[in-house]
Amino acid sequence: MKPLMNAAQIDKALNNISDQILANLLAESADISKLALVGIRRRGEILASRLSDRLSPQLKFKPPVGALDITLYRDDAMRAPLTIPLGTEMNFRLDDRPVILVDDVLFTGRSVRAALDAMVDFGRPQFIRLAVLFDRMGREYPIAADFVGERVNVDRHSVIVVELKPMDALDRVVIKPNAKKERATS
Amino acid sequence: MTLAQQHWTRPHLLTLEQLSVQEITALLDTAQALKEVSTRSIKKVPALRGKVVVNLFFEDSTRTRTSFRLAAQRLSADVVDFAVSTSSVSKGETLADTARNIEAMGVDAIVIRHRSSGTPEVLSRQVSCSVINAGDGAHEHPTQGLLDVFTIQESLRKTGRKISDIHAAIVGDIIHSRVARSNLWALTKLGAKVTLVGPSTMCPKSMEKLGVSVSHDLDAVLPHVDVVNMLRVQFERLTSAAFPSVREYHHFFGLTAARLARCKPDVLVLHPGPMNRGLEISSAVADGPKSAILRQVSNGLAVRMAVLYLCVGAAATQNAE
Repeated sequence: MKPLMNAAQIDKALNNISDQILANLLAESADISKLALVGIRRRGEILASRLSDRLSPQLKFKPPVGALDITLYRDDAMRAPLTIPLGTEMNFRLDDRPVILVDDVLFTGRSVRAALDAMVDFGRPQFIRLAVLFDRMGREYPIAADFVGERVNVDRHSVIVVELKPMDALDRVVIKPNAKKERATS
Repeated sequence: MTLAQQHWTRPHLLTLEQLSVQEITALLDTAQALKEVSTRSIKKVPALRGKVVVNLFFEDSTRTRTSFRLAAQRLSADVVDFAVSTSSVSKGETLADTARNIEAMGVDAIVIRHRSSGTPEVLSRQVSCSVINAGDGAHEHPTQGLLDVFTIQESLRKTGRKISDIHAAIVGDIIHSRVARSNLWALTKLGAKVTLVGPSTMCPKSMEKLGVSVSHDLDAVLPHVDVVNMLRVQFERLTSAAFPSVREYHHFFGLTAARLARCKPDVLVLHPGPMNRGLEISSAVADGPKSAILRQVSNGLAVRMAVLYLCVGAAATQNAE
């Protein structure tokens, strides 16, 4: 099965996103020295960390990366199957910072809604922008990404799986068709 | 497969004896994830928003009840403390009637403490909400067992060891202690070696049937253990002369600075509280660097949040299906 994105395409997409973030921050005249990235666990956390690495040469510092667990904020948290929370790791306050929220796949928008709720508990950011590797369309909530790696309209019963090192063996985005009763994760 | 695929299905937490290793691990992992919430400036998550938790305590307890109350509040649940002494229970109402009446008010979890072993189990068969055992007679105190193991695990992490690598001593009035039983189950299931220590009147050899060793000589055991859990002498449960005098008990089974000096250098001292200072534990030890007693209290909050989240969540998901 041919992946929707291979390692080289993911790499290119992240470079592209990081360029867009820089351009956007300059255009917004944001306080770049306070930039922070927040990744939704677990693949969003890896992507946020990679973006921080890419941004640091131009910024002359490494933006801090937070890992957000949205389990306790989900609108389906009390539906089967009950998931074990992973824990949030946020070693800095978000007050007055420009913040880039990062996730792997944007689908219904429900994860992002939960993430926004969770982030508010860590302070009041100057603004929050959303970066996603893969936008598969199919929004159920009024949410849009500001920075997108790849945008493809995928049949809503298919599952998009993003695999990233070191959590997975290699970097790729694949589609698994016709999964029954899939649980929307993005 | 991975951590994210772990699931919890039990609506009640009645004993640790009935839990699998996977379930205990799921509880401890959840507690680890939830511990961070208490470090935030906004110490609250919306996971149990709109849920109601009732504290139904038939025995005195300040810290456990407060800990459950705070845990429920940090998950955004509403909490009601049911004061048994001023309630209809003192007018002769049966436990089942009391529980069903409370449930009829739309309650999602009952946290119960009772002097009779097995009461939470009986209750769980009579109501459809979650039942959490906060201590039943001399049977079990599951959240205390979990928080003790959580605290041990946390301190072992620094040295890269696991619960299965350690030898723990539980010292004192074992026979009357639900804390000892819950600790014993959690520790042995996770692979630790356990030795129960106490006078023969409080720590009979027959306990060896539970897969642990029994000793009546604290000084012989101390140099070999990684954890010492000092139980409280429960004067309120001692009916006859279980030991000749308080001084003698302290002499043979009190953890003093001199005894601590003969322990391994990285030994961890636990006590479930409230302490009888100068009896089972001396102040120098209780307040010293080896003591994890206050960490146990902080961790108790995370463990109780985990228990409430998982049990109320499991009950809600099962009712939704």
